[in-house]
Amino acid sequence: MNALLLWFHQLGSPPNFHAFAGRWAPWGYAIAIPLLAYGIYSGLFVVPADYQQGDSYRILFVHVPSAWMSLFIYGAMAANAFIALVWRIKLSETLAMCCAPIGTWWTWDARLTSELVLLFLYLGVMGLYAAIEDRRAAARAACFLALIGVVNVPIVHFSVTWWNTLHQGATIKLIGKSTIDSSMVAPLIAMTLGTKAWFVGSLLARARAAMLELESGKDWVKRMALRTSA
Amino acid sequence: MSELFDMGKYGFYVWSSYALFAAMLVWDIVLPRLRERRVLRAVAQRAQRERARKDTKSENAA
Repeated sequence: MNALLLWFHQLGSPPNFHAFAGRWAPWGYAIAIPLLAYGIYSGLFVVPADYQQGDSYRILFVHVPSAWMSLFIYGAMAANAFIALVWRIKLSETLAMCCAPIGTWWTWDARLTSELVLLFLYLGVMGLYAAIEDRRAAARAACFLALIGVVNVPIVHFSVTWWNTLHQGATIKLIGKSTIDSSMVAPLIAMTLGTKAWFVGSLLARARAAMLELESGKDWVKRMALRTSA
Repeated sequence: MSELFDMGKYGFYVWSSYALFAAMLVWDIVLPRLRERRVLRAVAQRAQRERARKDTKSENAA
């Protein structure tokens, strides 16, 4: 086994993951906070008002990253669900299940019916996970649902082009010229990267706690608990 | 200054959306810490109970 594969393999062991997540989760938050602070400050006070929507458009700087996060986290959840179902890795099950509540937080800022469907998928994953007694069987069932629900992700993405409703079309494009004013791009990018970094920190912290609970009968947790309580 | 917080006439709309965003982040950072602490405390209590039970059993045997 080469070094990277070995490292990856060892990371899957709960005590190793616990130490790893404890070490790296603060970095996720640490990277996120200045980015979000800059993005929020700039979005609220620096960039000019929109020529049509006035100041009300300023929610853009939380609305758009939130919508993107709801999709991005769903993708992360589905990827982990796939790994969990195929290779039966406990850590992936936990990571997938920890994505669901985080994704739900971001989905409050739903934009369209497809986002509402996404919200229901997140709730369904959490509900299914909570409904089955055996934690690992529950995780596998919920992973399966997460994987099926992934068809909704491109629907959300393309919904603004497929159906002409209240929501405006895409103005930020990876391919071709964006039609958003250039002064608004920098804070938006800061918010986007900030929320991603935050997600990394949050997922590690949540998975760490979930893993600890899942493993609460094991010796390594007992030793840690006695050490911290002493 | 009041103009700054007024946001045209959209003050409540804009500020409440940012406030919700901030509140969510705070909640998100606190939640895993509370859970971790709760699990460790429960495990420690259980371990101490088990130890106490073992001690009384060996005392009775002696």
